[in-house]
Formats: sequence, structure tokens, C-alpha cells
Amino acid sequence: MIRLERRSELSRAMTYLSPVLALVLTLLAGIALFSAMGVSPSAALYTFFVEPVTTVYGLTELGVKATPLILIGVALSIGFRCNVWNIGAEGQLTLGAIFGSAVALYFYEVEGFWLLPLMLVAGIIGGMAWAAIPALLRTRFNSSEILTSLMLTYVATLLLSYLVHGPFRDPDGYNFPESRIFHDSAILPIIFDGSRLHLGFALALLVVVAGWILISRSLIGFQLRVMGNAPAAGNYAGFSQKAMIWLSLMLGGGAAGLAGVIEVSGPIGQLLPQISPGYGFTAIIVAFVGRLHPVGVLFAGLLMALSYLGGENAQINLNLPLAVTGVFQGMLLFLLLACDVLIHYRIRFGKRSAIS
Amino acid sequence: MTQQVPLLNLTGITKAFPGCVANDDIDLIIQPGEIHALLGENGAGKSTLVKIIYGILKADKGTIEWNGEQVSIDNPSIARQLGIAMVFQHFSLFDALTVVENIALGMENSVDLTELEKRILEISTNYGLPLDPKRHVYTLSVGERQRIEIIRCLLQSPRLLVMDEPTSVLTPQEVEKLFATLRRLSTEGVSILYISHKLDEIRVLCQTATILRLGKRVSDADPRKETARSLAAMMMGEELQSPARPPKVTHADKARLEVKDLSLEAIDDFGVDLKNVALHVNAGEILGIAGVAGNGQNELLDALSGERSCDSSNSITMDGNPCATLAPDARRRLGFGCVPEERLGHGAVPDMSLAENTYLTAYAQMNLTNNGMIQTTARDEFSDRIIKEYRVKCTGRQASAASLSGGNLQKFIVGREILQNPGVLVVSQPTWGVDAGAAAAIQEALIALAENGSAVLVISQDLDELMQISNRICAICAGVVSESIPTEQATVEQIGLLMGGATNQASVS
Repeated sequence: MIRLERRSELSRAMTYLSPVLALVLTLLAGIALFSAMGVSPSAALYTFFVEPVTTVYGLTELGVKATPLILIGVALSIGFRCNVWNIGAEGQLTLGAIFGSAVALYFYEVEGFWLLPLMLVAGIIGGMAWAAIPALLRTRFNSSEILTSLMLTYVATLLLSYLVHGPFRDPDGYNFPESRIFHDSAILPIIFDGSRLHLGFALALLVVVAGWILISRSLIGFQLRVMGNAPAAGNYAGFSQKAMIWLSLMLGGGAAGLAGVIEVSGPIGQLLPQISPGYGFTAIIVAFVGRLHPVGVLFAGLLMALSYLGGENAQINLNLPLAVTGVFQGMLLFLLLACDVLIHYRIRFGKRSAIS
Repeated sequence: MTQQVPLLNLTGITKAFPGCVANDDIDLIIQPGEIHALLGENGAGKSTLVKIIYGILKADKGTIEWNGEQVSIDNPSIARQLGIAMVFQHFSLFDALTVVENIALGMENSVDLTELEKRILEISTNYGLPLDPKRHVYTLSVGERQRIEIIRCLLQSPRLLVMDEPTSVLTPQEVEKLFATLRRLSTEGVSILYISHKLDEIRVLCQTATILRLGKRVSDADPRKETARSLAAMMMGEELQSPARPPKVTHADKARLEVKDLSLEAIDDFGVDLKNVALHVNAGEILGIAGVAGNGQNELLDALSGERSCDSSNSITMDGNPCATLAPDARRRLGFGCVPEERLGHGAVPDMSLAENTYLTAYAQMNLTNNGMIQTTARDEFSDRIIKEYRVKCTGRQASAASLSGGNLQKFIVGREILQNPGVLVVSQPTWGVDAGAAAAIQEALIALAENGSAVLVISQDLDELMQISNRICAICAGVVSESIPTEQATVEQIGLLMGGATNQASVS
């Protein structure tokens, strides 16, 4: 008989081993999946996880895809530590892209070093504004931010669709639902010649360091963790729960907005009806796989970016549907949450022993 | 008597949890119609043993005989079928339902409510347990709620009634009434297993006592022939420390904490409104607030600590500073310290280390923060100091709060607050669930703090403790705090009446 037995203390080892175990199980499940689809598992896994990073260009692409995931993942992980479940980062990303694009299009053909910083700030404000709605609803009416932030994502997508079909549409664009292509001053500089790797990746690394310092060394990070862990103890210490909810959502919204404006001013270069392959949702997985720790999020972000690249690669080389990417990401989160049980419990075989 | 088949006979009961053996080879024999005490400190294994008898837990080893036949009690339903009923320490009642509805909910078969109501009235008059079946539970006092649980048990016509610490929520007068009911049941042949750590109660009520210590049965005794001191010695395995005494007031008449006309509405229907609370604590003294649980103690603590702020800023002053509208951290800067009743989750964050739990309340006070950043060296030094000076048994400052025993965590929290040198310290249930050694250490620390000129307010359900350590004593009942009485002039009966809601001293004395 196999049963679970509660551990007397949390297992630190399992906290870090759990993602590794989940990854191994995901790969095993992938082998079964590919076999069932009639594809050689070894070839498929190679195409999916190895081939994309065998070239320098592939590595820079990894950085491009990982940038929004890391940016959002770090901020979400901070909010999740405080038990604030912002799962609408995708919508906040969209609003960030819209705000940043509005600045870029308003100053179209205006040159100036100030334009990019202004766009980035506008993007952050856009994301924060969108996240402010769930924050207000939660603190004033105690409505669940899980629902409100998620629903606002669909509103954001429709808003984007309206704008690229209407006010933001390129006047010379033959009625295609796209904005003008941004002027050079509104495009993020490339930091690695011959690739698409842009300044945003460096910003993401900075955010990792800043997030790390915030959560582990600052009074504010401490307040967030206490509120997530034991709200009554937080009140007792004089921390404000409302302030922490606002802070969590503003961080998440701001980071997602920044990621949005970085996407449109980086790899995309204009506003399109679709600007993200679900980075805002994938960042939730990134946050959990990264153990809600900024450094873990960095690695998890790279891993998830690889799944995007691998998915595209498998689509091109093996004719596999793009949905495989989503299946892999979903399996990883699912198996990770299952493996996390082992942090609190250990597996015992055989009959229950009398004395431990 | 010796030839009689015992009602319940436990042999060699052993139950282990990860990390501790809660019951180690325990024997227990209960005769029909006897009131049998199960006596032991917190953590001695009383609750585990009772849960095994009631089928909530299953023993790893050992046998249970009921009326001479071996039985296996796999769940509470089997226990009830055998005739075992239990009154828990914490009631499982729905506040928004009436008495009869609550009782009907606990029945295994559906019942006719009018019929049930009649039977409830019958039992309540027969056994002197006055209770109106149509009342809603939230309107009832704790003593009345306990009666619901007792009547619920008696409806099953039990052979054995198990009572887990029944008097911890009662006033002395209510305790007397409960004992009369229990004695009556005993003469009718119902056996009672009475769990407690209050020695005087056991001496007046019980015919036999089984004493547990650290999971083992130490001995059986006839409590009527023992003194409280000898029972305590068996229970704790050591001689009692000399009882604590109140601090010698050295800075009298300088009020450091003053509360005037403090009224605060409860957050929800089930809380207690504070009504015109007025009290003061002088430098160098301990003021005790007695009271039955759930009479506004938590609300009072929240109002004093600032977890709930009040409207009028003059209703609470500390050293002359009005602070009723200030947040908890602002009050701490004025020299306020607080130990809440709930240790894990309120006084400390369970999954955080002791070092981080030190920072929880000391971050502003002790210069542990610089430009918004945690000063880890200073924090660690301060937590090491708490652990050392208060002899907190732990694996070091990195141990999580949840890994400490109740007594050690309480020493840590009390130490953390006292070492911040508060001018005013409010402590709720300082020694609840704490072993004797730690309790004595905590009481000593409170007395020493007061003798250094601080004002200490102790809110406790343990009247004996308050009589020992406080200079003045008052009672809280339904959100109203009584006038205080100097402890040397107070009697237990007097305070008991105040706890029950007698409004002024004239009617008391």
C-alpha cells in the first residue's frame, strides 16, 4: 500500500527538486504523447527542446521570447507570495502595448531620445491602470481578483481589436488591421548584432535583480510575504492588507504593461490585432515553476521560452500542431502542482508503522 | 466492587504521530457510574486518548473492552452506538440556527422538531440545565452553549459521557451547576470521563483519577484523598515552583495606559460590542482582566493593539498620547507591546523563521530597518538575544515558528515584546497551553517588567493565575469591563459574579 504521510517540517530539498521531477515527468508524458501521434519520440524531443538552441541565433531568440515571461513572472511571483492572484497579466500586457503604441503613433516621425523612455512609462501606466480595476474591486467590494482580472483580459483583447481596426489603423495600410510601423526612435535598440535580441532582455535581467532584493531584503517584501502567509499576523505588526493588495496588482500590472510595450517596440515594431502568444498566462506557470523566486523565474522563463521555440520548430519540421506547445506548458504546471504535494508529505510504502 | 465488570477497559493503548509518541502503553479502567478524572498537563496525551475512545483516532496498539467484550471503535458513529457520548472543548454549533435545529442536525436520523423540542425541555428540566430550545445560538452565553452539547449527548442516553476541559469556559457559579448535573448522572449509573488539569475541581468531583505525563500513565489515585499539591507533583513530575506574586508597586498613581469610554461595534453578528470600557494601568502594576472566553476579550485586544482603530482619538491614551486612531506600528513607536492569544498565525507567522518573526514587530522599534532594507545582522543579533535570555528551546534562529512547542513559542513571543522594553504591555492568555516551567518563567518576566516601571495588562481565562500575579483585578462580560478590585481584597466568588455580569461592586459584596 502506498500512502502519504505529513512531514513535521517542510522539505527544503523537495521545494527545489519538485520542478526538476515535474520536468522529467513532463518529458516522459511527452514521449508517450509523441508515440501516440506516430512521431518518433527521440526526434520530436530533439526538435522540441534541443535543436532550437543549437545556434547562436536560436539562443538570442530564446532571450527574445523569455523577456516578457521573465518580466511578468517576477512581478506575478511577488504578488502570489502575498496571496493576490492576478491572472489577468495578458490583459495588462495588452493595455501596456496600447498605451506605448499610442505614444509612438502620436509622435510619429518625431525623433528624440526621450521617445522610448516615454513609451515605456506609458506602457507601465497602461498596465497599472488595467490592474487598478481588480485592485479597486477587491479592496472596496471584496470581489475576487481572480475573476475580475481574468475577465478584463477579454475586454482588453476586444479593445485592441477595435483600435487596430479603427483609430490606430495605418492610413496607408490598404485597410489591413495594423498600425503604422513605428519610427526608428520608437524601436528598442538591438543589443546583439544580427539578431532580434533587444534592450528589453537587459531590462528583464534588471527586474530579476530588483525583484530579488525587494522580496528578500526589503521591509515591503517582508510585508508582502507576511500578508500572504498569515494576514492576522500582518495586521498585528501594523501592515495594511489593502496596501499590499494594491502593491501586488500594481507591480504585476506595471510589469505586464512594460512587457507589452517592449513587445510592440521590440520584435513586432507596430501594433497588431494579436501581439502575444499568451505570455501573460504562461508567466503564471513561469512564476510557479520558478518557485515564486525571481532567480527561479529567470530559469523557468527560459524554459518556457524554449517550449515556444520548440513548438514552432516542431510545427515546421515535423508538421506537429502548434497546440503541442500549450499541452507541454499545461502538463508542466499540472505535474508541478502534483509534485509539490511532496513538499508537505512524504510517500510511505507498506503498512503504517507504530512508532516513528 | 472489584468483581464488577468494568464499563470500559483500555489496555496497552499506544499511538504515535510523526515526531512524538502521544500515548505510550496506557491502561485505563472505568467502572459503571463513576466519575473518572483524566489528569495531565497540556501535551500529556489526554486528547489523543479520548479521541481513540471516541473513534476519531485509531490506536496503533492496544485493546479496548466495553462491558467485558473486546470492541473496535473505528468511527464516532460506532462509539455512539455503544453508548459513548462526548462534549468537546470547542463546540460545533451553528450560530445562526436555533437550539433545536442545531441538535436535530447532529442526529443520525431525521426527527420531528416538535417532538425533539419536547424531549429537550424534558431533559433540561430533569437535569437542571435550563435552556430554551427556540433561542438562536448566537444569543446564548458560552455556558448555555455547553448545555446544548450536554443535552445533545443525554438525548442518546449514554453509558459513558466524556467531557473535555468543560469548565475552562465557565464562571465559578456555572461550574457548580455543571457539577450538580454530573453528580446526578453518576448516581443514575452513567460513567463520566472528566478531562482537566484543574486540580481543585477534580478533588471535589471525581472518585478516581488517572494521571498522564508525557504520553505515559504515571499512576492512578483517589483524588479525594490527595492534596492539590500531591496531584500536581504527580502530574508534572517535579515539585511546584513557588507561586508567583504580584509586583511590588513602586511608581503608583502614574497612569501609563488609560482607556476612557471606549465603545466599538463588533465586526459581524457573532462578535461582541465593547461598551464604554474604562480602565487604567499605572506604572509598576499588573491589571488582570478575568472573563469567560468570547465576552469581548479579542475585541478589547484588537482595540488596544490598534488592529482595529477607533473613532474618537481620546478614548485610549498611552503616557498621555492619544492613540486610539493610530495603527499598530505607530502605537509600538509610543512604547506599546502586545502578545495576542493565538500564537501561530497571529503572534507569529508559522512558516517563517524565528529571525523573521523577530523582525515582525521589532522592525521599527529596534532599528532593524535602514532605508526600507532589512538589517539582517541587527535582526539576527536581537533574535539570538531573545532565544538566549528567554531560554527558547529551538534549533536556532532559522527554525520556523511552527516547529516550536506551544510553550517555547510563547516564551519567544513574550521575550520579543518585553525586550523591546515596552512602557505598556498587553498580554492575552499568557500561559494558556504552556507547561508549568515555561508558565512560571513567563509570569516572572511579566512581574519583572512591571517592577521596572511598565504598565502590564493581562487578559486571562485562568482566574487562579490572575489572582496570583495581578495587583488589581476586574472582569469583562458581554463587552463591559467591571470596576477593578485590589487583588488582596478580592475573592474568587466575587470575581466569578463579575464574570457572570453582575454590574456593580455593591451587588457583589
